[in-house]
Amino acid sequence: MVFKQDRLRRTMMFVPGNNAGMLKDAGIYGADSIMFDLEDAVSLAEKDSARTLVYEALKTVDYGDTELVVRVNGLDTEFVKADVLAMVKAGIDVIRIPKTENAAMIKEMESLVAEAEQRFGRPVGSTHIMAAIESAEGVLNVPAIAKASERMIGVALSAEDYTTDLQTHRYPDGKELEFARNMIIHAARAAHISAFDTVYTDVDNTQGLIDETEYIHQLGYDGKSVINPRQIPVINSVFEPTEAQVKNAQNVIAAIERAHQAGSGVISMNGQMVDRPVVLRAERVMKLAQASGIVDKEGHYIGK
Amino acid sequence: MEIKQTAIDGTLESSDIQITVSQGTAGVQIELTSDVAERFGTQIKATIAQIANDFQLENVKIKAVDQGALDCVIKARTITAIQRALQTSAEPAWEVL
Amino acid sequence: MENKLGRTLPADVMEQLQLTPFQTTEIGNPEVQRTAPQVRLSTGNDKVTNDLKKIIQENVHDGMTISFHHHFRNGDFVFNQVMKIIMELGIKNLTLAPSSLTGVMNDVAIEAIKQGTVTAITTSGMRGSLGDAVSHGLLAKPVIFRSHGGRARAIENGEIKIDVAFLGVPNADRCGNANGSYGDEAFGSLGYALMDANYANKVVLLTDNLVDYPNTPASIKQTQVDYVVEVDQVGDPDKIGSGATRFTKDPKNLKIANLVSDVITNSSYFKDGFSFQTGSGGAALAVTRYLRAAMEASNIHASFGLGGITNPMVELLEAGLIDKLMDVQDFDKVAAQSMKNNLNQQEIDASWYADPDNKAAMVDQLDVSILSALEIDTDFNVNVLTGADGIIRGAVGGHQDAATAKLTIICTPLVRGRIPSVVKSANTVVTPGSSVDVLVTERGIAVNPQRPDLLAQLQNVPGLQIYSIDELAELAQQIVGTEAPLEFTDRTVALVEYRDGSIIDAIKQRKD
Repeated sequence: MVFKQDRLRRTMMFVPGNNAGMLKDAGIYGADSIMFDLEDAVSLAEKDSARTLVYEALKTVDYGDTELVVRVNGLDTEFVKADVLAMVKAGIDVIRIPKTENAAMIKEMESLVAEAEQRFGRPVGSTHIMAAIESAEGVLNVPAIAKASERMIGVALSAEDYTTDLQTHRYPDGKELEFARNMIIHAARAAHISAFDTVYTDVDNTQGLIDETEYIHQLGYDGKSVINPRQIPVINSVFEPTEAQVKNAQNVIAAIERAHQAGSGVISMNGQMVDRPVVLRAERVMKLAQASGIVDKEGHYIGK
Repeated sequence: MEIKQTAIDGTLESSDIQITVSQGTAGVQIELTSDVAERFGTQIKATIAQIANDFQLENVKIKAVDQGALDCVIKARTITAIQRALQTSAEPAWEVL
Repeated sequence: MENKLGRTLPADVMEQLQLTPFQTTEIGNPEVQRTAPQVRLSTGNDKVTNDLKKIIQENVHDGMTISFHHHFRNGDFVFNQVMKIIMELGIKNLTLAPSSLTGVMNDVAIEAIKQGTVTAITTSGMRGSLGDAVSHGLLAKPVIFRSHGGRARAIENGEIKIDVAFLGVPNADRCGNANGSYGDEAFGSLGYALMDANYANKVVLLTDNLVDYPNTPASIKQTQVDYVVEVDQVGDPDKIGSGATRFTKDPKNLKIANLVSDVITNSSYFKDGFSFQTGSGGAALAVTRYLRAAMEASNIHASFGLGGITNPMVELLEAGLIDKLMDVQDFDKVAAQSMKNNLNQQEIDASWYADPDNKAAMVDQLDVSILSALEIDTDFNVNVLTGADGIIRGAVGGHQDAATAKLTIICTPLVRGRIPSVVKSANTVVTPGSSVDVLVTERGIAVNPQRPDLLAQLQNVPGLQIYSIDELAELAQQIVGTEAPLEFTDRTVALVEYRDGSIIDAIKQRKD
């Protein structure tokens, strides 16, 4: 069972659904989530082929505890129903809806997923949904979209289609995405789900990727989509907490421990009361520190 | 089940297998080309034959050009090619998956 | 007959050739006797000719051993020119003893075997059609595979007695002073050829670039050379090596390279003044990139880099991160150019590089080596010679030699296509597991149980998944399924020498 906001989602790696070689190795790069693509990366003539291939890969390949996501074809296509049935049967963690415009689309997907779960005897509610926002309409409706279903775990910005819809294109400084990025992070946080930023397409520009990741990290995003495994360690390093953050988080957690042992509901540190947001932040910092490999199993800071 | 047309799935890229399914006259005939035929030929053919059997194909020719595909890929490519040959691609073959 | 590694060796062939089975990687301090070549005296005025045929006719006779170097790699024009004339002249029963055989030599080599011109081969490796033909029994006598260091040893002690060495050079003067650095077909270090120049009874240089006397720097000297034959062309500059070796962009190889770098930098060997050697392919080469970042971050520099040199190593030299490059061959033009221009890049011969029967070879001083593998078995024994189909398709190269480093890391993908690299039993063993310390795959690493000290250094490194090698073999098998065993006949087509001359494995003929 995947928990909505508890999970680290620094990177979601796109894998074309019809590429046998990439499906096989997708699990080795340390992505927090893998997104198998049945939509844009697959030509119309190969939709059946990719669907079967991803199905068999999901049934066979050991992806460890990586969160597995499938981008199915659009709700307005003839493929979506078979996509959802096959992926739910294979036990996918998350169905990603492309080009999400409104909350009704989430509801529509919700019923497709529920039907598939019933048909194949999977626990009802076990399959999650996320929405890709790819248009002005989608951005304006994102607060409702994010709250449209209990199954929702996240919203993602998909900037290529979105900038086309805005009649602009992507600029290095990303100013054209400012509004969408802010809408999406607010909608996600208000709904207590994850926010994913768009892909950084210039694979060879490491500094550009760092800059953009630092920016969305500052905004509060959970992470970014990646199109090449080489981007994963770069993004992870931006999300890596500093030594001071880790030490502080350890102090907070120690304070909780003390309060717990004293049987007190009030947590205090350095004479100050520690409230819930501080506790949550400390827990997230420690989780990031673990994932970044800068603390050992007992939580001691060991640096790089 | 009867093969309605010759159909193909898969590519010649590394780790993939290209499967061509056509009408046969003498049971399930599998012709395999693979660099790993000596080590895995029997296993590859068995995987393909199993799928043909699951589809209850009685007479079929299956040509497989393997580039080092894993079993899950061989299965998927065979399923898709057979469905295309049977003209049933619109709905996944739940009885086989 | 079995050797210490449990590899089955053909008792009859072993006895006939008076060979000993592999025992240990330890060399000890025995005293050995070297041989010296015959010398035909000359004042130097009779060496230049353009009549290759005449030189061959006068010097090559039935039953002799002839040699070549492979520094021109797939751009070599020398081997084919010489061998065609030898075949034309109807010379028979030759032993071919090149430093290695490249693909461009295959057709002519096969023809020479078929005609009975060549009846025995000793080499570092062979690939393609020749490897295939030999694996199917083309040659009556078993091929002897030797490492670069092992070949140097065998030449020095007379196990390989070269009658005539045909050495292509991109320049030479009229007396035979030559180097690998200047001329259209410059390839840099002459490391392997220097052995032949020093020990062959007759040394025939082939060049298309006769320069003024005296030619310097002289890697091959006039004191060693009998003839200087002018030919149209000694090689194809475009096929000798790439301009600059580029890092792989393959994400799996990069992941492996990154893990290798983690192993090195977290080991006790990563300290100021350390030394290392990397292979020239895929992941091994890309290690240099990650290592560089770690060296800069930790303010650590290396005392020397060894072996086959590539552009990335040159960059480290130029950045002051390595003091010296000890260069037995150059894999790209940047490396070759750098040896010419940089006094800190020293040409070394194969003996200096890797010969175990020596008053210390450079590999004996090596801290870290990063090597590849076609297969590695659960005893850490490595195969770099035969493919999953049992066919010869590789080279021993400097693998056994560099594996004597204090920290030897084998890097390989766990599975290539459907071919597992980590296996219970390798088709052929080239490098004994006792000289291998760590295996790195994209899924995780395994530390040789004989190195608990290394395990202790590595076990708490974040991101470094440590498995037992049996677990990795198991994982590979889960991915690919169970293989059918290969079938071989009883006939031995090749013997693999360990660097000390003992036999580490035998290669059998494939059953068709």
